[in-house]
Amino acid sequence: MNFKLKDIGPQLMTVIAVVLVFGFFTYNAQVNMENRGIDFGYGFLSQESSFDVQFSLIEYDGSHSYFRAYLVGLLNTILVSVIGIILATILGVLVGIARLSPNYLINKFAAFYVEFFRNIPLLLQIFFWYFAALRALPLPQDAEAMFGISFLTIKGLFVPAFIWENFNIFFYSIVAAIVAIIVIRIHAKKVQETQGKQIPVLLISVGLIFILPLLSFLIGGVRLSFEVPVLKQLATTSFIYEGGVSLPPELIALALSLSLYTATFIAECVRAGIQGVGKGQKEAAASIGLTQNQVLKLVVMPQALRIIIPPTTNQYLNLTKNSSLAAAIAYPDLVLVFAGTALMQTGKAIEIVSITMFTYLSLSISISLFMNWYNNKIAITEK
Amino acid sequence: MSKINFLKPDKSNLYTFLYLGSFLFFVSVLDVLLNSFFSLNLTGFLPGFLSFLLPLILGFIGLYFIRIELSGIKQLDLLNKHINTNNFNAVLSLLIIFIILKSIPPILSWFFIDASFAGDSKDVCTGTGACWTYIKVWMRRFMYGMYPNGEQWRINLSFIALALLGSVGYFATDRFKKYLTLYYVVIYPFIAFLFIFFFISGGPVFFDFSYGIIAAILSIIIGFFIPSKFKFYYFLIVPFALYVLLKYFIFYEELIELGKLDGLNWVETGAWGGLSLTFIISFFCLIFCFPIGMAFALGRRSGFPLIRYISIGFIEFWRGVPLITVLFMSAVMFPMFLPADFFIDKLVRCIIAISLFEAAYVAEVIRGGLQALPRGQYEAAKSLGMGYWRMHIFVILPQALKLVIPGIANTFLALVKDTPLIFVVGLLEIVGMLNLAKTNPEWLGFAMEGYVFAAIIFWIICYAMSKYSYNLEQKYKTDR
Repeated sequence: MNFKLKDIGPQLMTVIAVVLVFGFFTYNAQVNMENRGIDFGYGFLSQESSFDVQFSLIEYDGSHSYFRAYLVGLLNTILVSVIGIILATILGVLVGIARLSPNYLINKFAAFYVEFFRNIPLLLQIFFWYFAALRALPLPQDAEAMFGISFLTIKGLFVPAFIWENFNIFFYSIVAAIVAIIVIRIHAKKVQETQGKQIPVLLISVGLIFILPLLSFLIGGVRLSFEVPVLKQLATTSFIYEGGVSLPPELIALALSLSLYTATFIAECVRAGIQGVGKGQKEAAASIGLTQNQVLKLVVMPQALRIIIPPTTNQYLNLTKNSSLAAAIAYPDLVLVFAGTALMQTGKAIEIVSITMFTYLSLSISISLFMNWYNNKIAITEK
Repeated sequence: MSKINFLKPDKSNLYTFLYLGSFLFFVSVLDVLLNSFFSLNLTGFLPGFLSFLLPLILGFIGLYFIRIELSGIKQLDLLNKHINTNNFNAVLSLLIIFIILKSIPPILSWFFIDASFAGDSKDVCTGTGACWTYIKVWMRRFMYGMYPNGEQWRINLSFIALALLGSVGYFATDRFKKYLTLYYVVIYPFIAFLFIFFFISGGPVFFDFSYGIIAAILSIIIGFFIPSKFKFYYFLIVPFALYVLLKYFIFYEELIELGKLDGLNWVETGAWGGLSLTFIISFFCLIFCFPIGMAFALGRRSGFPLIRYISIGFIEFWRGVPLITVLFMSAVMFPMFLPADFFIDKLVRCIIAISLFEAAYVAEVIRGGLQALPRGQYEAAKSLGMGYWRMHIFVILPQALKLVIPGIANTFLALVKDTPLIFVVGLLEIVGMLNLAKTNPEWLGFAMEGYVFAAIIFWIICYAMSKYSYNLEQKYKTDR
């Protein structure tokens, strides 16, 4: 036995303190709920919600359950996060590269962008875009068409909808293309390792991803047509576009400000990553006769990505968590729909706040677990 | 004169190319300049599309002509090196020059030329520019929230006093430098707490605690003259003794009278707001989150598994949830966890919530610093016979904290930028006040001015903080 009082003492004290605090809280919660006549339970999730949500990806109205409302909120959160992540990544990578440009003007322009957007609170930016900038857009009847098919108005962005015939064949063709590319990559790697020959994987992949879906159009019977939004008069001065897909201004403002804000952080990650690859690495690669492209592809990028990816994932997580600011401009995300409206209606504070927090928590933890695994996998094993 | 090959600028015809190229370049810039500043269109006679692209094409050809390596002219070489390295860069440079030229006139006219500054009603804002009158009229609300106008000197006075007390560090002589940490970590926050909760709030308990403030200040002043040997005992005993002395023996009646004369009214926290609330919340969260974060960082690296797991759980929980849900929790869920007759003020709940939230981030940053220290530091400290606390306080933490100054500064910046979120619990700092003001029926339609104003303020605060942290980092940088 090597238990010592010295070791057990502090731990025991901490545990007792934690247990006491939690016990105090639960005891009070029980007393309070008894006094107010609230009973604890998650049964309300299957009850009828009887409130409407402005914007929803799945079919939903007041007759659906609270659980369905939760799903609507969750999907809306995921939607805005995915849009934000894509835009932020594109912008962030561009700005990060621009920060390293030898061109003085581009360099300073990118630096100005980063310093400007990074130092202004995100909530203020969301308010700015939603209440000030997007309010300056034209009314539906005055809007000019962009490329003849999309309309950016004060009531949102109206874009054409895709109408597919035999969509599943098209989908399978893309899946088949991806599977084929993965197989070819593995094969190419094996060939490279055993015979030293290089197969132009990139060319083949690009070809596959275009040709297979094209084939599905030609012989698979896939048809694609567009439903262009059309202006419709509701009353003498009230117009709206019908048909197509409409993106509400809340979504646009939120996605725009989230991506503009997060892109500044991603840009810094990208810059740090590329700068983090030592000059000697590039020189060494060049001195063994690799071409400029090969140096970038085989030496610089793999090392830079190791530095870039972990903090960038962190930024993606931040973006997802920040998307909860949607509640401030009434975009129906998880917090607004569930922790806002549903909580008001049911009064089940503990249950609803805990579900909301648990959702975000499981999202974060699963991504960070994945990242830890990935980090360990790609970490350079030093001798 | 040899034949000039226009497709390949070279050094032999340097001046021909230089004059021709710079002429074309200046023509293109001039065209855009005239177009944006004086709305003259030099190329208006051309068809629309060409007229639009002409400056770009001319500028591009001009830049192409002057791209001559090693021309021997210093300025030209500099220009080529910095904005004109190849065709692609030349186009990008031109585009950026054009964008800047195009965007300056509208921004200038909105900000200054067409803006209205005078007057104090909406009627003066008829121009197309910004209406700074709106900001002027609402200034007090943006700065102090709903705090009564007549009482606002209390906020000003407290902030000035705290700023002066906070700047003590700059004037301290070498003799007192070693007490600065103690001062900033313990005494200064305590004084700030007294000031804010009993001077700005001016609650019913104000009179009692005014003795505390006086005692603290007096004891600090006297403390400078106490020999360092007895300083510890001095600070342990004298402030408390002074407090008791003041409260029960001397000036008792007089001070009560003084307090009554001042007649500070109680201003409930719901009325606080504006930029001053941003400062108050940032200040306290900053002070609280640091020690909590440090404790959990040490806990996460502790050798006791139970303490380690509790710390990990704490840190990962707060880092995994958005702040807005934490504030929601503090608003609707936290009161359920307290005894029915136990009431905690909204602002205090908010400060607790934000402090715990940011503490988790601070903990991770500090853990990074602790991990970056070489093992030798720990071993060396242990071999000198230091215990856990002595080792950490005198050897490990000073070095680790130095390493993580940028990370800590980033967390604090995030904290300041997160303060507007307190709108969730109904407290309105500057952004919240802006939203309130823009819905005022008399002042509709000035959202833009308000947000630009707040953005400038936040930008200045955050930028100053990041520059300051950079200076700190440079100052404390030590070579290993």
